[in-house]
Amino acid sequence: MSEGRAATDPVAEFRQSLSDLDTPSTVVAPDELGAALEDVVETPAVGAELPFDDLSLADAPVTLDPSPAQLRAAASGVTGSRMGIASLGTVAVESRAEGDEVVGLYPSQHVAVIKASDIRADLADAFDWLRAEFEAGRRSFVLATGPSSTGDMGALVQGVHGPEAVHIVIVRDNE
Amino acid sequence: MSDSQRPDADRIRTLLASEGDEIKENTRLFNAGRYDAVKDVGEDVHERNRTRAREIKEDAIERLPELIHQTRNAVEANGGTVYVADDAADANRYIAEVAEAKDAGSVVKSKSMTTEEIDLNEALEDGGLEVWETDLGEFVVQVAEESPSHIVGPSLHKSREEITELFEREFDPDEPLDSAQKLTAFAREFLGERIDDAEVGITGANFVMAESGSIALVTNEGNARKCASIPDTHVAVAGIEKIIPSVAELEPFAELISRSATGQEIPQYLSLLTPPVDTPTVDFDRPDEPGFGGGDGERDFHLVLIDNGRRAMRQDEDLRETLYCIRCGACANSCANFQSVGGHAFGGETYTGGIATGWEAGIEGNDVAEEFNDLCTGCSRCVNACPVKIDIPWINTVVRDRINRGKDPGFDDLLVDGLVPDEEESGTPLRKRFFGNFETVAKLGSATAPLSNAVASTGIARKAMESVLGVDARRDLPEFERTTLKDWAAERESRVADPDRRVALYPDVYTNYVQTERGKAAVRVLEALGCEVVVPDVGGSGRAPLSQGMIATAESKAEDAAASLLPYVEEGYDVVVVEPSDLAMFRREYEKLLDAGTQERLDEGSYEVLEYVFGLLENGADADALPAGDGHGVAYHSHCQQRTLGLETYTETVLDRLGYDVLTSDVECCGMAGSFGYKSEYYELSMDVGETLAEQFEPEADERTVVASGTSCMEQLDALLSPGTRHPVELLDPVRR
Ligand code: SF4
Repeated sequence: MSEGRAATDPVAEFRQSLSDLDTPSTVVAPDELGAALEDVVETPAVGAELPFDDLSLADAPVTLDPSPAQLRAAASGVTGSRMGIASLGTVAVESRAEGDEVVGLYPSQHVAVIKASDIRADLADAFDWLRAEFEAGRRSFVLATGPSSTGDMGALVQGVHGPEAVHIVIVRDNE
Repeated sequence: MSDSQRPDADRIRTLLASEGDEIKENTRLFNAGRYDAVKDVGEDVHERNRTRAREIKEDAIERLPELIHQTRNAVEANGGTVYVADDAADANRYIAEVAEAKDAGSVVKSKSMTTEEIDLNEALEDGGLEVWETDLGEFVVQVAEESPSHIVGPSLHKSREEITELFEREFDPDEPLDSAQKLTAFAREFLGERIDDAEVGITGANFVMAESGSIALVTNEGNARKCASIPDTHVAVAGIEKIIPSVAELEPFAELISRSATGQEIPQYLSLLTPPVDTPTVDFDRPDEPGFGGGDGERDFHLVLIDNGRRAMRQDEDLRETLYCIRCGACANSCANFQSVGGHAFGGETYTGGIATGWEAGIEGNDVAEEFNDLCTGCSRCVNACPVKIDIPWINTVVRDRINRGKDPGFDDLLVDGLVPDEEESGTPLRKRFFGNFETVAKLGSATAPLSNAVASTGIARKAMESVLGVDARRDLPEFERTTLKDWAAERESRVADPDRRVALYPDVYTNYVQTERGKAAVRVLEALGCEVVVPDVGGSGRAPLSQGMIATAESKAEDAAASLLPYVEEGYDVVVVEPSDLAMFRREYEKLLDAGTQERLDEGSYEVLEYVFGLLENGADADALPAGDGHGVAYHSHCQQRTLGLETYTETVLDRLGYDVLTSDVECCGMAGSFGYKSEYYELSMDVGETLAEQFEPEADERTVVASGTSCMEQLDALLSPGTRHPVELLDPVRR
């Protein structure tokens, strides 16, 4: 968004924004995703199958379609994100039948997997994308930026009704 | 009258003591955050967003009936239901019926001012439902059985220690809750269980998008997402004014809302939901069943759109703008009075802060707005804060006027009607008419000075003024000059043979009758810089009656002032104004009081005195004609309306150029703001607000000359520090050379 940043590459800017939010990120090649998730995810973990044709959580240490008890007990929840905003460190999580909304919200750590090519520059670009999604009939997203937080208890605390920590895994695109 | 004000004074004193510190700290934090966030994104970008947001709101409210219709069609096509409720009772009945149909035992809610407005919790609880607020701030207020004290931060008035005490008392936890972390963890656990168990989740909606039937929810905690997706039934409650055409129009608001509210670039969670959503329902009663417990619950969605007075507000030319409000709370945070007393004084049944008058007048009625309307001093600091550019002080003035008119005339009135030359209907409170007619008082006071000053300062006179007019005896009164600025100027020969420019110096009421020295200094400064100066025979700008809500009187003053000044403008004179609040009249309020052409010509032909000096210097006038600053220190307090107009930099720059070392105050307001600080019940509040300014200037006052642009700021500074505050133009006076 700010001019100084516009020239840098979106992945670098995205990661910079994330680090401003104290949110760690990892960049991996597509075939390294399983291993990377092994490292990042805290068990027990639940997941919502990724919204990408070529990537899956099948090999990851997560339970898909969890039971309510598993959802409650999970330390991590893994979801995909089809859009990120470089200037803000924001990821879009879609409300789908796979349960992304609750998987990303209940566990104390939310791990979001995003493709490098899906990172947009700023909120204006994000809205171009959102408009197109709405037109295509996909109309429920949350734009999540960092962990949940509150100042209502007298100091800033992270992790209220949502996760206390967020980790973003950026998957490099196949060349 | 004084009797009915006593409780106010007591209430304000109590709130200053009990809630003032927390409110101050928190609102100032938000406010500073907003300043930083706006700077980060760039003033230009921010301004563009504000303009766009305003346009969208103007259009949406204009087309409201059509948008409601479109919303209904879209939500129904998605499989949800829309109910447009006429009033609170209608809305509450409908929501209770939805809960009943679900056999609900409990309901969880995320933060929603609209449900506060209709007292939904009480209505549902009366029907035997358990209702839990899941936003932590709302939860605190619910447990404490209090009302929210701020639109964005409902529990802003409570310290961490007070919350600990409250929770330990109410919940008797196993471990002490002696940190924000522990309190948050406790609330998360407690409310988490209730969310999982509830049959119905109720949210507000920050925006409703007509085209797709979507809602946008802005939260940091994540509770709104849970309330919307965990219970099978989701009820979203929103005022009809929340509708915008489509997701495309959401963009400027997404940019503005958190930046204005808390100084965040974007909220933690900006949810765009188009219910019923595809997220599987979670059945916590079948804990071990995969697929979220079977995930086969039937999702049900109800959008309850509430009128409750809004359609009437839409028809009301002056209140209409209130409907553009996006409830960011920036007007409260930027308000010096609010920073001291918070929403428990500066608010009505539901809404708090600057815009609360508009909301409460529209939704509850003028009687509710009356309880706090006078806390708006019209300083206009909120005007630039508002992301949708609502003229909040104007709304407050209009409502004040309506309140005045609603009063029954009493004996006082019959007396005053004959004495004062105003345009007000009988019933306008005596004190308002006294302050509103200050020009008449000043004229009389000046004609009989110095006797009038001597009499006014006697104990008996002060006592009488306090009991009859509510003028606080602790305040020094202005001292009237026998020779007015106009008289002085009329006696004087012009000193400039071949003038570069011709100036009509506007003799505002204060400069003409009280602060004549600053007027004389202005004349000499302008002459030294090559201007021919005349002081025309023109009356008050209407500022005094306007701030008392006496619009008809202000309008007639405005017409007279314009009629006297415009011939000068037409002859090529520049109108120069010493008192910033009067210049603000020409630039801002005259838009409402005069026809557009007249206002524009006067506005374009008028300048603030230091703005004008700056222009002269820029255009080659010789700064050496003025006394040099020689590195001398100046502590400068600009004026709130002057800052709203972006004019304080001219004074700073001119003083800087002349070689002064300038320190500018960075407080929101001096606290005096016109007649406000004279009023008995507000005296202490006024001093509390002024304290911040005094704190900044006190250590400097020995080394620096204290200067202030506005009359009331000068009076306040004189009361706070040792007297001797001057107008900046007095430093420039060539007689000092
Ligand atoms: S009036 Fe403006 S500043 Fe005040 S709450 Fe509404 S949108 Fe925010």
